[in-house]
Amino acid sequence: MDELRLDGNAAAGPLGEVFSFEATTAEYACGGCGRAGRLGGAMVYEVRELGMIVRCPSCDNALIRLAHNRGRYLVDLRGTRYLTTG
Amino acid sequence: MQLYRTLWRLADVVGVVPETPRTKSLVLEVSEWEGHRAGQHVDIRLTAPDGYQAQRSYSIASAPEDERLVLTVERLDDGEVSPYLTEVLMAGDKLELRGPIGGYFAWKARDGGPLLLVGGGSGVVPLMAMIRHRAAVGSDVPTRLLYSSRSYEEIIYRKELEDLAARDGSLEVIHTLTRSRPPDWSGYDRRIDAQILAEVAWPPDESPLAFVCGPTPFVEAVGAALVGLGHGPARVKTERFGATGG
Repeated sequence: MDELRLDGNAAAGPLGEVFSFEATTAEYACGGCGRAGRLGGAMVYEVRELGMIVRCPSCDNALIRLAHNRGRYLVDLRGTRYLTTG
Repeated sequence: MQLYRTLWRLADVVGVVPETPRTKSLVLEVSEWEGHRAGQHVDIRLTAPDGYQAQRSYSIASAPEDERLVLTVERLDDGEVSPYLTEVLMAGDKLELRGPIGGYFAWKARDGGPLLLVGGGSGVVPLMAMIRHRAAVGSDVPTRLLYSSRSYEEIIYRKELEDLAARDGSLEVIHTLTRSRPPDWSGYDRRIDAQILAEVAWPPDESPLAFVCGPTPFVEAVGAALVGLGHGPARVKTERFGATGG
């Protein structure tokens, strides 16, 4: 599997299909370490065509898991304490 | 709310302009384009006859003020999308895209500066949109572009950058060439390191706003070096390209 390390900007397109607000300027608090930041500055591990994982740059906790299959997205947000609208 | 961002639509390709041996600029006409901010990108989607789809993100090179939307694309030989965009696509074709996307890695003249732009290879593309925007609105925000290329021939926008810097005293362009150099080269000749950044960047107490874009290892090295020199992490914005972004 072709895994790429990018940053939150790379998640903007797919997250834009899920959320109605601008994702890269949205603020998150990490459910692992409590760090707050903007999603554009978080890390994205992208697995081509199947989905992506947005990780906290401090503790590597998975903030958002996004899986894509047959035109539908599955979003797992359990690693995020909160998200503000962007 | 910007729901239009998520919609795919067809753009008309009105021109394909070679920039360097490996990069071309795609000049696009997008009906009802609602404008973008310098630094944003679009997603491009190609669909094969059998329905297989491949999607990639490309930075916008044009200023928001420009009449047409321009993307500059680097050909990656093992890529799925960039060889088509750079070798096959022609004026008159259509291209499926959505955007503009992203608000984090974006700059408007009123965000101020001083503005430190650090680009590696085709990572210069969104930084060029910022430089073009700055010129289009007549901004005099002090700006330095530190730009790393492998060779002189691979410097994208070389002539335009030269011309812009020649007539604008508040814009400086500093090159480094990492693999090969012309015999009379007087610029830097190595990968960007902390020493180059210390020489080129404003000191941390002037609180420059930095945008760093390029391949992941480049961005991580430059970002870490800037923070190591004392620049606040919140003033250093990064955008990474995947090594196999193709």
